[in-house]
Amino acid sequence: MTDTDWPLWEVFVRSRRGLSHTHAGSLHAPDAELALRNARDLYTRRGEGVSLWVVPSSAITASSPDEKDPFFEPAADKPYRHPTFYEIPEEVEHL
Amino acid sequence: MATAAAHRTAGTRAHDAHDAHDRPDAVHDTAAYEQAFDAAVAADERIEPRDWMPDAYRATLVRQIAQHAHSEIVGMQPEANWITRAPSLRRKAILMAKVQDEAGHGLYLYSAAETLGVGRDELLDKLHSGRQKYSSIFNYPTLTWADVGAIGWLVDGAAITNQVPLCRCSYGPYARAMVRICKEESFHQRQGYELLLALSRGTPEQHAMAQDAVDRWWWPSLMMFGPPDDASQHSAQSMAWKIKRHSNDELRQRFVDICVPQAASLGLTLPDPDLKWNEERGHHDFGPIDWTEFWDVLKGNGPCNEQRLAQRRRAHEEGAWVRRAAAAHAAKHARGTTGPARTTGETGATRA
Repeated sequence: MTDTDWPLWEVFVRSRRGLSHTHAGSLHAPDAELALRNARDLYTRRGEGVSLWVVPSSAITASSPDEKDPFFEPAADKPYRHPTFYEIPEEVEHL
Repeated sequence: MATAAAHRTAGTRAHDAHDAHDRPDAVHDTAAYEQAFDAAVAADERIEPRDWMPDAYRATLVRQIAQHAHSEIVGMQPEANWITRAPSLRRKAILMAKVQDEAGHGLYLYSAAETLGVGRDELLDKLHSGRQKYSSIFNYPTLTWADVGAIGWLVDGAAITNQVPLCRCSYGPYARAMVRICKEESFHQRQGYELLLALSRGTPEQHAMAQDAVDRWWWPSLMMFGPPDDASQHSAQSMAWKIKRHSNDELRQRFVDICVPQAASLGLTLPDPDLKWNEERGHHDFGPIDWTEFWDVLKGNGPCNEQRLAQRRRAHEEGAWVRRAAAAHAAKHARGTTGPARTTGETGATRA
């Protein structure tokens, strides 16, 4: 690793209490603590968040775009997992 | 404004996650933390995992979320009982999807409990040893196919009535888990209603089977809301902490009011001669609940308590080899990355 060949970190911001952290973007930093400070400066300059997570990008295992279809397909032919699949008489309320 | 104070101080644990209690100035801090916590709850803010919270709040949440998680996975049993005997492929696919969802709901909830500092193994151990409870409703048997419908309509209906307000619970991870769960529960309830409707409009025997199921599940469903308010041990404190938003009796009344017209549309009756509309209250009156039965089932004397717990333990033990195999595979894979020679020495199983 050269002086500036810092690892990549993924940044997650909780915009307010009660909401989960969502992915905001990424940045380079030499360690976790600096990643957190840099993330604050980069992604929450306008009060976008009340909490930050930084995760080494190398620690993330992602599904493969090439396998997207077979990977997610099993859910596609199961419309009965959705409430709209069921026929309920119109006058029935709260269901 | 109160919320700004809450933002500033409720989340002041150091990044390294050491507990404030460990520090020498802890006593001084606690009062300030407590104030910030109370202000956050009062302002309808959510409490998040790294915020300071009273020990009793944490303990209450662990107890409630764990019991909820246990209920989801034990609740798989009475319905799974009918998967192999579902009357059509359509009904079988639906029932499998529903039982899968229950497993998923259990996992969302165990994860939420883990944010409070308890471990998954510890929670399962407490379930298996009877130190933590699951909902008593699952100690009743599913005697006929119509029970699958009655569970969807009444048991899931009662669960939804209970759970919708939990989406606004003061503890963030629990509230977020409930949002996911409530979205998915809607299909559960509708498939149950549709199933009962098909039976109710079917042959006289099918109609009678649907009615019998509703007769057996109605009262236990009303008991799902817990003891009456004046006998509910944890209610007042949970309401003060905004873990609970409505009292047991309030939610029970809401459920009864929703069910009466739904039963009429089904062409089925509810087994309560005292059930009638009360114009003055704007609610349905209903007959007394047999709380002796409730406490008895809770103590372990329901029709299926032993069977459910034995099956849960057996499933856990019989799944042990799968967990060991997965760990062995992961260990072997990890060693593989450091050089091929290492992978040939020992089998992963001895390590796992």
